[in-house]
Amino acid sequence: MRYMMLIHHDEAAMAKAPQKELWSDYAAFNEALAKAGAGHTSGERLQPSSAATTVRVDSGKTGVLDGPYADTKEQFAGYFFVDVPDLDQAIAWAARCPSSKYGSIEIRPLYVETAGNWK
Amino acid sequence: MTESTEAGRAAERVARDSYGRLVAFLAARTRDVAGAEDALGEAFAAALRMWPTDGVPDNPDAWLLTVARRRQTDALRRRKTRKSGEEHVMLIADEIEAASAEPEAIPDRRLALMFACAHPAIERGMRAPLILQTVLGLTALNISAAFLIPPATMGQRLVRAKSRIHDAGIPFRVPDKEELAERLDVVLDAIYAAYTKGWTEIGEAGTPDLADEAIWLGRLLVSLLPAEPEAKGMLALMLYAEARRPARRDANGAYVPLEQQDTSLWDDSLIGMAETLLREANAGGPSGRFQIEAAIQSAHTARRMTGIPNWPAVVQLYDHLLALTGSPVVVLNRAVALAERDGADAALAAIEVLAADKRMASYQPYWAARGHLLARAGRAAAAAEAFTLAIGLSADDAVRAYLHRQLAATLDG
Repeated sequence: MRYMMLIHHDEAAMAKAPQKELWSDYAAFNEALAKAGAGHTSGERLQPSSAATTVRVDSGKTGVLDGPYADTKEQFAGYFFVDVPDLDQAIAWAARCPSSKYGSIEIRPLYVETAGNWK
Repeated sequence: MTESTEAGRAAERVARDSYGRLVAFLAARTRDVAGAEDALGEAFAAALRMWPTDGVPDNPDAWLLTVARRRQTDALRRRKTRKSGEEHVMLIADEIEAASAEPEAIPDRRLALMFACAHPAIERGMRAPLILQTVLGLTALNISAAFLIPPATMGQRLVRAKSRIHDAGIPFRVPDKEELAERLDVVLDAIYAAYTKGWTEIGEAGTPDLADEAIWLGRLLVSLLPAEPEAKGMLALMLYAEARRPARRDANGAYVPLEQQDTSLWDDSLIGMAETLLREANAGGPSGRFQIEAAIQSAHTARRMTGIPNWPAVVQLYDHLLALTGSPVVVLNRAVALAERDGADAALAAIEVLAADKRMASYQPYWAARGHLLARAGRAAAAAEAFTLAIGLSADDAVRAYLHRQLAATLDG
């Protein structure tokens, strides 16, 4: 199954972490992910939530807000994909991601058209 | 109990055994629990109806598979025009056909099914109901009362949990050695939860006794994982509790606390089985939570032999359990045993830490135990207050009646 792994981390806590180790861990993680197979896609990193803009169209009017969708402690920060047989292996990948120490990784199976999907 | 109902129960047991194995086999192949249940549901209902009177067929699996296959073919014919689900039904039918050629070769995947149902990604409160439904074929209606959830809601939540197994990609497998202990705990918790629900349940005619079913699952688990001491510990714990079942209500149906129970009503053969299991479990390595709880029950049964309860041993075992779990419930139970060894004041001091715990405010056993300890310490007014809260938090009539008597005695004293 293919899963999108959504990284939500605490930006302040990340900033306080020893940067050199953190980013060398991330490089190693991305390396491992790239080596793991075709369905695995190493992550895209996003700029911090301070750079976010949120748009919502209501009755034809385009509302624009400065800031992220939800103002929470842990912010959406990036994503990667894994292609593994089951949830347990996706959980293992989530635990390997360095951001999991500073927040949470949401695991979302990709939507697949239903015919034959159940197998 | 008459011969025929006993034979009927045996037949039902075989039907549930066979059904669970077949559901597990299909679900493990397709990761589609609801589909597997659908494929076998009608055949299983027919078996529950027919086997208790007609007798159990020579090969129960083959019987169920044959009926299921016939029903599937009928369903397929009816659904000719409908695209959705057709392929699914066909594949299930193929699986069944392949398996029914050689039914004795069907591997027992019930353990894998239990691990899927009790996966950490499944809502905690649904794990036990899910195991009861998929492994034993109990209906949402059978399960709902014990879990204090309306049948329709229980049904919906079970459906949601099953689609989650499929959609989230929860595996059907027995976890690796390094993961096993942690994941097994969740399975054991779920089965034990089913037992404790059944323990307080008043048996209504026609509904399967949840406590019996949980014990049966415990036996199944021990047979499938013979090297796991905690599985044996949990089964022993359930059997000790079950052995005391006849003594926990008096002739009028009133609640009788453990220390006042007539030990001659305890079931020797169940205690014997529990003791054997506990010995085997203890020989298997370091003690986990269920083994220690079973050992506490074993210490309680010593009263049956000697006439004297072994409170020091009970307190010591609770010390171990507390160190292992840090649970407020254990603090409370330990204090009740401590009162017997060191007196009520020592016990009240031991539960002081719970006063600030918000969860205790609505925890009936906390107020009942507190009332009991305060009454023994001679603090009648405070005891009456605690008993009153305990009565207000009770859902069981027999327990409520018992607490009313305690309250009256406190006020009289």
